[in-house]
Amino acid sequence: MLRFLVRRVLGAIVILILISAVTYFLFFALPADPALLSCGKNCNPQTVALIHHNLGLDQPIPVQYWHYMVGLFAGRDMPIGHCNAPCFGFSFANQQPVWDIIKDRYPTTLTLAVMGAAIFLTIGVGLGLISAARQGSLFDKIASGISLTGQSVQIYFIGPLAIYLFADNLGWLDRGHDVDWAHNPVGSITGMILPALVMSVIFWSNYSRQTRSLMVEQLSEEHVRTARAKGMNWRYVFFRYALRGAMGPIITIFGIDLGSVFGGAIITETTFGLHGIGNLAVAAVLQTDLPLEMGVMLFSAASIVLFNVLIDASYAFIDPRIRLA
Amino acid sequence: MSEPTLSGEHSPEPAKPNLAKPAAERPAGEPLLEVSGVTKHFPVLDGFLFKRQVGAVQAVDGVDFDVRAGESLGLVGESGCGKSTTGRLVTRLLEPTAGRISYRGQDITHANRKELAPIRSEIQMIFQDPYASLNPRQTVGSIISGPMEINGINPPGGREKRVRELLEIVGLNPEHYNRFPHEFSGGQRQRIGVARALALEPKLIVADEPVSALDVSIQAQVVNLLQDLQREMGIAFLFIAHDLAIVRHFSQRVAVMYLGKIVEIGDRADIYEGPRHPYTHALLSAAPEADPDDDRERIRLAGDVPSPINPPSGCRFRTRCWKAREKCADVEPPLVRLHGNGEGHLTACHFPEEPTTAGREQDVILDPALAAIEEA
Amino acid sequence: MTTLTQPEGQASPQDAGAPFLSVRDLYVQFATEDGTVKAVDGLSFDLERGKTLGIVGESGSGKSVTNLAVLGLHNPRNTTISGEIMLDGQELTGAPNRTLEKLRGNKMAMIFQDSLTALSPYYTVGRQIAEPFRKHTGASKKEARDRAIEMLRKVGIPQPQTRVDDFPHQFSGGMRQRAMIALALVCDPELLIADEPTTALDVTVQAQILDLLRDLQQETGTAIIFITHDLGVVANVCDDVLVMYAGRCVERGSVREILKTPQHPYAWGLLSSIPRLSASVDVPLQPIKGTPPSLLNPPSGCPFHPRCAFRDEVDGTLCQDERPPLVLDHGRGSACHLAAEQKQSIFAERIQPLLGRAG
Repeated sequence: MLRFLVRRVLGAIVILILISAVTYFLFFALPADPALLSCGKNCNPQTVALIHHNLGLDQPIPVQYWHYMVGLFAGRDMPIGHCNAPCFGFSFANQQPVWDIIKDRYPTTLTLAVMGAAIFLTIGVGLGLISAARQGSLFDKIASGISLTGQSVQIYFIGPLAIYLFADNLGWLDRGHDVDWAHNPVGSITGMILPALVMSVIFWSNYSRQTRSLMVEQLSEEHVRTARAKGMNWRYVFFRYALRGAMGPIITIFGIDLGSVFGGAIITETTFGLHGIGNLAVAAVLQTDLPLEMGVMLFSAASIVLFNVLIDASYAFIDPRIRLA
Repeated sequence: MSEPTLSGEHSPEPAKPNLAKPAAERPAGEPLLEVSGVTKHFPVLDGFLFKRQVGAVQAVDGVDFDVRAGESLGLVGESGCGKSTTGRLVTRLLEPTAGRISYRGQDITHANRKELAPIRSEIQMIFQDPYASLNPRQTVGSIISGPMEINGINPPGGREKRVRELLEIVGLNPEHYNRFPHEFSGGQRQRIGVARALALEPKLIVADEPVSALDVSIQAQVVNLLQDLQREMGIAFLFIAHDLAIVRHFSQRVAVMYLGKIVEIGDRADIYEGPRHPYTHALLSAAPEADPDDDRERIRLAGDVPSPINPPSGCRFRTRCWKAREKCADVEPPLVRLHGNGEGHLTACHFPEEPTTAGREQDVILDPALAAIEEA
Repeated sequence: MTTLTQPEGQASPQDAGAPFLSVRDLYVQFATEDGTVKAVDGLSFDLERGKTLGIVGESGSGKSVTNLAVLGLHNPRNTTISGEIMLDGQELTGAPNRTLEKLRGNKMAMIFQDSLTALSPYYTVGRQIAEPFRKHTGASKKEARDRAIEMLRKVGIPQPQTRVDDFPHQFSGGMRQRAMIALALVCDPELLIADEPTTALDVTVQAQILDLLRDLQQETGTAIIFITHDLGVVANVCDDVLVMYAGRCVERGSVREILKTPQHPYAWGLLSSIPRLSASVDVPLQPIKGTPPSLLNPPSGCPFHPRCAFRDEVDGTLCQDERPPLVLDHGRGSACHLAAEQKQSIFAERIQPLLGRAG
């Protein structure tokens, strides 16, 4: 069990190193000269050379990468000033440390993603369970119809619709604002309900369909039949045996979806005018702010890898065949 | 006990006709396939960061036997005994770890594709699962003519005519040439597998549990078909099965395997009526017989077959044997002809049993639960 | 259909007339996309306490379906069950779920074929055994665990006090099937249904398990229905045998009658198509021609007539047109249009020689 986890964590570290190397080379080695980008309007070769030197761009790329990685873990001194670990460099746009910007924006995205995931897992898995329990019923048919519709809508379409209906017209929900956990925890939640709900719509239909078919499959498994043959009642067998068996695959699907969940959160932020990582990434790309782009990219990748490790750990928790292997 | 004869050494004088079995039962064919010391170990990998070999599944560990032209050699044993692996080694679907396999005197142990090509057509295989071993997207015609195409064989009258002949031989309607496997029942599918094996006019067929996936009433159809092939076309068989009665019915000679080793080999009558190895006794005694008056000996072992990853030292059967003593753990018993046994009847045991399967005065009950209940 | 005559002196203690388990005119049909599958087509049988009834048949003969119907485990959504299943005087067909749940695992239990898939991989063996015991006896967690250990010891699991906390995948195949038996017997059921319990096992392990079941039955007096396709297994464990074909009973009798003097051409076919350790190897096997019928569209009349080698011995087209009734005398009989004398002479002259012992 411990070996399994340690192996996964070490694997994750290797993946992160690979991701960092690939993104680094993509961002700094391939495209237009970053010095030109940060040099501004009245640019001359001397300034460019100076910026080159200041950014360390006159050194071989592997050396630059090495410095970048050292900075990440130990901080580094840069011509602009000292940059504390984790150091992603300074933004070209406003000379702020990239890490400070990310730190500022991340809570909104994380809250949105976690709340959205919690909602779509609850609704999706719940609907799937009811459909599986009542196969062929009216509920089952309606639920599958809704699922199909849900899968074909887009966040930027239902987002404004939802704001108009629930926030502006009915006034039930906040139209969405950034979180501030330190000063306004309740508002952080209520402000995120509508965006999280909208984001969840594109996901829960998938989970309800998958859960339904997984449960139908599990209910015909022999160990479920054995449990019934023992005289255990239907509800007990449904939750303790069938759902237990379906949980692993549901979590697997969730693991695969993690990337899309962050993607969905980013689109939702833009739709609701929230200031999260997604919004930041868009801004960084538009301004060709390379250190910021690189930082956002690495940070998002690290988050997804970290959540995947957690998901792997939960397999071991769910399935003794993995835990005891 | 007198000096046992060593295995592999054929006595120089011609075999004396044994009274127990008619001479016709032992075709005096030349050895077609000779297998000596063949071993297959599958590495077991483990390790914290980097996988390294920490052990080996000793699937087959130094087996010797030969199959003579036109005869059927049965290979019986329980799961994990290595009988299927042996079949795959002989057909060179697997590469042996050690030992020597020769076909008609030619060493094929490590022969490459090119060297094997002419031999592949002479050694064919029939598999257990008639559902999985036929490509569902091919017609029966192309399944059966496939081997001919690959080997560039153009029979007189064309391949299609030959396929129709083959379908007829295995008892299928030649009109079904263009049908797909799913249109056939399990027994018929196994017949398709047989027709495919026959397409290249093989000299030896390795049949791996050819009937165990079939219904009882269908099994006999396929067994009879194979028996006709053996008798009428003179095809030799390595017949691998766990069902002792079917092996007895089909094979003139039988080898009993346990945990990767042959523990006893001999003519049909030797193995079924005069077994010497305790495991052969236990296996025969456990085989259920559809006869309410069955009065054979009753031997009930304890537990399951141990894992072939770390097999017991010395005699591998010793952990489940009622006769095991210290020597069995220390010295691996050689596969030899015991005193009183017929020629070719070899047993690997330090303390062999009497050559009879008749009921004993005292049943051998090693299973603790059975012993506890039956004593009470 | 004729009613069964009870053998003298074997009546159940409660009610002189009624057997412990009585199944009458059982029909089980499945609705599928291709049509209605008549899986069980008018089956009747009785079983006394302490006796073992073997139900023999090939795949699709309805033997497993029958027994799932006894336990009420079919999916009601696509299954229609009619007929009468009386267990110890209690009607089971159409009984409410709560009633069946109180009986299942308690008064009647089942052992399945493949213990790897039949046990949940997510719970320890001990928990799975203790669960029905707690439910049916109201025992505490501790008592149920002790009971599970006791049951594991009884079925021959070494070190039951530690193995009780193992998961099924940590057991070997034979050990797992023992655990399955322990699970079925934990509440001392009066009826045990064993569905091919040894088919997936090695032959030496099968022998251990069969003997164990037989010995445990002698101790507890449980009635057993033993479903199998293996006539050798039948000879080992059964008192009476019911031969099923296409959802019907084609022959019934004691194990000796079925194996020594079978009456139905299908039973003849089964017996002469299996090789025996004691038979002469020179006698060829006599397979049954053709394949088992589709239950979507079973043959008219006698379902076996398309495969029957003796159809011509019956006058006219009786076999094609009319379903032969199962005529029982003291629990012995077969459903075949051949006259009793014909059956006797055909068996003696043409079938017996195929089954003979080696000289």
